[in-house]
Amino acid sequence: MRLCPERRAGVSPAAAALACLLGSALLGSALLGGALLGGCSKPAALSGAAPVTLLNVSYDPTRELYEAVNKAFAAEWLASTGEQVTINQSHGGSGKQARAIIDGLQADVATLALAYDIIELNKRAQLLPAGWAARLPDNSAPYTSTIVFLVRKGNPKNIRDWDDLVRPGVAVITPNPKSSGGARWNYLAAWAWALKQPGGNDASAKDFVHKLYRNVPVLDSGARGATVTFVDRGIGDVLLAWENEALLAKQQLGADKVDIVLPSLSILAEPPVAVVDQVVDRRGTRKQAEAYLKFLYTPQGQEIIARNFYRPRDPQVAARYTGQFPTLKLVTIDDTFGGWEKAQQTHFDDGGTFDQIYGQ
Amino acid sequence: MSDAILPLPLAGGGAGTSRSRRRFRMLPGFGLTMGYTLVYVSLIVLIPLSAAFLRSAELGPVKFWQVVSAPRVLASLRLSFGAALLAAAINGVFGFIIAWALTRQRFPGRRLFDAIIDLPFALPTAVAGIALTALYAPNGWIGQLLLPLGIRVAYTPLGIVVALAFVSLPFVVRTLQPVLGDLDREVERAAETLGASRFQSFIWVVLPSIWPTLLTGVALGFSRAVGEYGSVIFIAGNIPMVSEIAPLMIMTKLEQYQYAEATAIAVVMLLASFALMFGINGLQLWAQRRRRAR
Repeated sequence: MRLCPERRAGVSPAAAALACLLGSALLGSALLGGALLGGCSKPAALSGAAPVTLLNVSYDPTRELYEAVNKAFAAEWLASTGEQVTINQSHGGSGKQARAIIDGLQADVATLALAYDIIELNKRAQLLPAGWAARLPDNSAPYTSTIVFLVRKGNPKNIRDWDDLVRPGVAVITPNPKSSGGARWNYLAAWAWALKQPGGNDASAKDFVHKLYRNVPVLDSGARGATVTFVDRGIGDVLLAWENEALLAKQQLGADKVDIVLPSLSILAEPPVAVVDQVVDRRGTRKQAEAYLKFLYTPQGQEIIARNFYRPRDPQVAARYTGQFPTLKLVTIDDTFGGWEKAQQTHFDDGGTFDQIYGQ
Repeated sequence: MSDAILPLPLAGGGAGTSRSRRRFRMLPGFGLTMGYTLVYVSLIVLIPLSAAFLRSAELGPVKFWQVVSAPRVLASLRLSFGAALLAAAINGVFGFIIAWALTRQRFPGRRLFDAIIDLPFALPTAVAGIALTALYAPNGWIGQLLLPLGIRVAYTPLGIVVALAFVSLPFVVRTLQPVLGDLDREVERAAETLGASRFQSFIWVVLPSIWPTLLTGVALGFSRAVGEYGSVIFIAGNIPMVSEIAPLMIMTKLEQYQYAEATAIAVVMLLASFALMFGINGLQLWAQRRRRAR
C-alpha cells in the first residue's frame, strides 16, 4: 500500500496524533468485535445451560475451606438444579480484598475476616445494603474461630499466656493489622486480655500491646504470610494465629513440629459472609450466590467447616468436634470494644493506638 | 510499505532531493513520528502521572506536607532511596566485572552465563523475593551459614539491598556490554607500548571512556530498584521505621482507602527520583564534555 510520503512529511503533529488515535480506535473496535464474536459463538456451541461462574473473594487462611465447600456445593447444585456452577476463589489480606472489591473486582460473594471490611463495601461503594448482616443467621457468620498461640514443639520458651509474649527475648509473629483481618483479631485479643487483668484499663492495655509489638520482628501483610514466616522460615518463638490456621499448620506439619497453646482468654472471631448485590444483579447470579452462602449453614456445609478447623454454628455438628475445639474464655467485639466501627476507629485508623506504637 | 521508506536514502543527499528540500525535512515522516511519540508518551506516561499529581493535590499543601513529613513516611523514603542507591552502587562494581568478563574473556559456558544475566528481567519479582527469602532466612542455605557470623539478611534492611541488587543487576551489565565490546583495544595496546602498566591503562584509558555508560547503567538500576515492591516485601520484614519501604507505605495507605495520601508519597518518590536522575544525567554530560575538551 502506498502511504504517499510527500504528503505525510508535511502533516502536522496534531493531525498525525489524530490519525494515530483514529487508528487505535479502529484497532480497538476490531479487537472488541473479535472478542464479542468469540463470546457469542461459545454458548451456541454448548448444548443446555451455560455454566455459571461465581467469584468468592475471601481472606487469607480460607483457601482449603472454600476449596472443599466449592466442590461440595457444585455437586449439590448440579444434582438439585442440573446447572453447572464453577466457583473461583481469591485470597489475600482481608482489608486488601475489601479494597479490591470496592475498586471493581467482580466478587459475587465476599467472605471476609471481619464485619468491618464488609461494612466498608456498604459505606464506600454501596455495593450491598446497610442491613446485610441480618440477611443470614448468626449475624451472617456461618462459622467462628478464635486466636490461639502456635509455638515450637515442646514449647522451649515456656509460653503459657499473653503476658509471656512481652518477655524480653520472645519473638512474636503476627501480621500487620492495617492489612490483615486476623492481625486485628490478634491485636484486640491481646488488648482484651490486658484490659481484664486486675487493675487493667485502657492505658495499661495500650502499654501491654506496645510491649508486645516491640517483640515482633516481621510484619507480614496477611495471616498466611505470617504462618509461612513462622513455620517455613523458622522465625519467631510464637505465632499469633487463627485457631483454624494453627490446627491446619499442625496437621500439615505433623504434631512433632509445633504445639498449640491456648491462652487464658481470647476473642470470639466471627468472619462474615455476604452476597455483593450490585455484582450479582449485574451478572444475574443472585440465585446461585445466595444458595452458595446458605449451603454453608446446612449440616453438610457445617461438617465441612468443622473438618477444616473452623468452629461450626450447628450444635449437632459442634458436638461431634468437641475434642478439636476446647472451650475457651472468649470476649466479643461488641461487648469489649463496642462493635467493629468503634474498634477500627480507636485502634487501626490513622493515628489510632496501633500507629502510636510506631509513631515516634 | 517499502514505498514509504524510499525517501530515506534520497533525503541523505544527491541532486534528486535538492528540488524538494524546502518542503522536505531532513528526517522523513517527522510529523507522523512526532505525533505518535506525543500520543504514546501521553497515554502511557504523562496522563497517569498527572493523575497522580492531581489526586495528591486534593489534600492541599498543609495536609500534603503532614503526610509526607510523617516520621514513618520519611523513614520509609530514606530506606527506599538508601537501599536502592547502595544496591545500584554494588551493581556498579560487580556488574562491571561481570560485563567485563563476558565481553573480554572467552571461557566455556560464557553464553549460558550471558543468558542467566537476563533472569532477573524475566522472573516474576515475587518469585525472586520468595526464593531469596528462603535462601537467606536464618534456616535457609545461605542464612544458616551467615547466622554464626552474626549476619542476618532476611527480615533486615540488608535483605532489601540483596533483593534490589538482584532485580537491578541486568541493567548495569546490559548497558555496559555493548560499549565494552566496541572499545578499541588498539588504544589500550598503544598505552601499553608507551609504558603504561595494565592497571594504568585500565584507569587512564578504559575507565574514562566507559564511565558515562557505567553511570547510565547504575542510574537505570537505581530507578528500577527504588520502586521495587514485589520481591522486597517478602524479604524485608516490613517493620515500621526499620524495614518498611516507601512502596509498601503506599500500599498500606491504599489498603486503608487513603488514595490521596498514597499518591502524595508517590509524588514525593517521583520528584526525588527525577531529581536524582537529573543529577546523574548532568554528571554524565559533564564527564563527556570534559573528555571532549581534552
